[in-house]
Amino acid sequence: MKMTSHPLFKVFKTFFLVDLLSGMYLTLRYMFKRKVTLMYPYEKGRLSIRFRGEHALRRYPNGEERCIACKLCEAVCPAQAITIEAEEREDGSRRTTRYDIDMTKCIYCGLCEEACPVDAIVEGPNFEFSTETREELYYDKDKLLSNGDRWEVEIAERLEREALGR
Amino acid sequence: MLDALLSLLPLIGTILLIVIPLLLAVAYLTLVERKVIAAMQLRVGPNVVGWFGLLQPFADGLKLLHKETIIPTRANPLIFLVAPLITFGLSLSAWAVIPFSLGWVVANINVGVLYLFAISSLGVYGIIIAGWASNSKYAFLGALRSAAQMVSYEVSIGLVIIAVLLSAGSMNLTSIVESQKGLWYVIPHLPMAIIFIISALAETNRAPFDLPEAEAELVSGYNVEYSSMTFALFFLGEYANMILMSAMGTILFLGGWLPPLEMVPFTWIPGIIWFFLKISFLLFIFLWVRATFPRYRYDQLMHLGWKVFLPFSLGWVMITASVIVVLGVIKA
Repeated sequence: MKMTSHPLFKVFKTFFLVDLLSGMYLTLRYMFKRKVTLMYPYEKGRLSIRFRGEHALRRYPNGEERCIACKLCEAVCPAQAITIEAEEREDGSRRTTRYDIDMTKCIYCGLCEEACPVDAIVEGPNFEFSTETREELYYDKDKLLSNGDRWEVEIAERLEREALGR
Repeated sequence: MLDALLSLLPLIGTILLIVIPLLLAVAYLTLVERKVIAAMQLRVGPNVVGWFGLLQPFADGLKLLHKETIIPTRANPLIFLVAPLITFGLSLSAWAVIPFSLGWVVANINVGVLYLFAISSLGVYGIIIAGWASNSKYAFLGALRSAAQMVSYEVSIGLVIIAVLLSAGSMNLTSIVESQKGLWYVIPHLPMAIIFIISALAETNRAPFDLPEAEAELVSGYNVEYSSMTFALFFLGEYANMILMSAMGTILFLGGWLPPLEMVPFTWIPGIIWFFLKISFLLFIFLWVRATFPRYRYDQLMHLGWKVFLPFSLGWVMITASVIVVLGVIKA
């Protein structure tokens, strides 16, 4: 019979609070370990290149908007957060006249991004876009395009790196 | 009339000299608690308000102050408001008999231990009145749980105190400390000291016996209906009680203001500092235990109090008494 399984040993352990004291020793050791806290607004965690954050509408390098108003994203959106209206432009190309995303409905599933044939609508790395009013979260085309201009460098890099894994 | 008032001034000064540092200690105990528990969970804890979060207690206090004091419609307003005052007042009044150093005591009475014990028993009233006056079933049940727990553990604390009283041969706190010169009671009475600490945890409703609050399971306890300053008074009272229990443990077992060895480098340090250090050590144990153990189940709590601690401490009292009679060292 092993010493540790002897009933008297159990009594000894209970009486001298062995388990309690070893638990307290563990927490005491942890007290002096390196802290893992991230000072959030000043320090930020690493994001995956596949992180799905705030939406953006991209442009071609010559400044022409990519979106061709195929409405695939509108169709695929499970939350029906996207509303698109389209018309022919003077030069005969098919473009959107309205591209709205209701960010309060969006579930950040990334299906719009998957559906887009021209990589126009993407979800960028930005997740700090909280607002004080609900209305500010009803994004229109101007807001989405300006997001695209603002985050283009990061978005392009992420798309390129992600393509390697496809 | 004026002369009478003037003669009271030194007394009022002494009281302020105790109460103000005590309140500061309570404020900083809340900060230290958050810091220590954070450190044990590999976090940093509050560090934004002031250097290292040193102003955090005041930020919390200010926040509580400018909240609205809500009195539930069906509550009994007078008793509802008196309850926190009772809890807070009692936790302060107990300090009257605590000797901080040789002769540093407001009231050096001969039944100091009994006074302390009586005050901590009265603390139950604040809680049960709060639960009853709230006229809310949650507060009422919480109050019953708290009261049952506090009463249960007071019994074993009482027996622990008796064991110490027998060895010291006095109920005067100053002479209890003096009788520990050379040998603190924590050594001969080690099991009693441990029972005292565990019972103190239960008595002050601290983890792992914080069933009345159990923030993970219940919506707080007897103080659900309290807000703003009334809540703050309960909070302050609870933490002041923790410090009081640590002071009691220091006096009964750790030799109060006495240095660990009656030798030169230790005797240079004034007694008040030893007293402060010992209290801090016991308070650290309070926090350390909170960061380590999960909460007890209610039946386990009652089992531990009535079926383990009570018979054990009763037996210990008998052993102590027998040893004292046999050795003939009884003083009186």
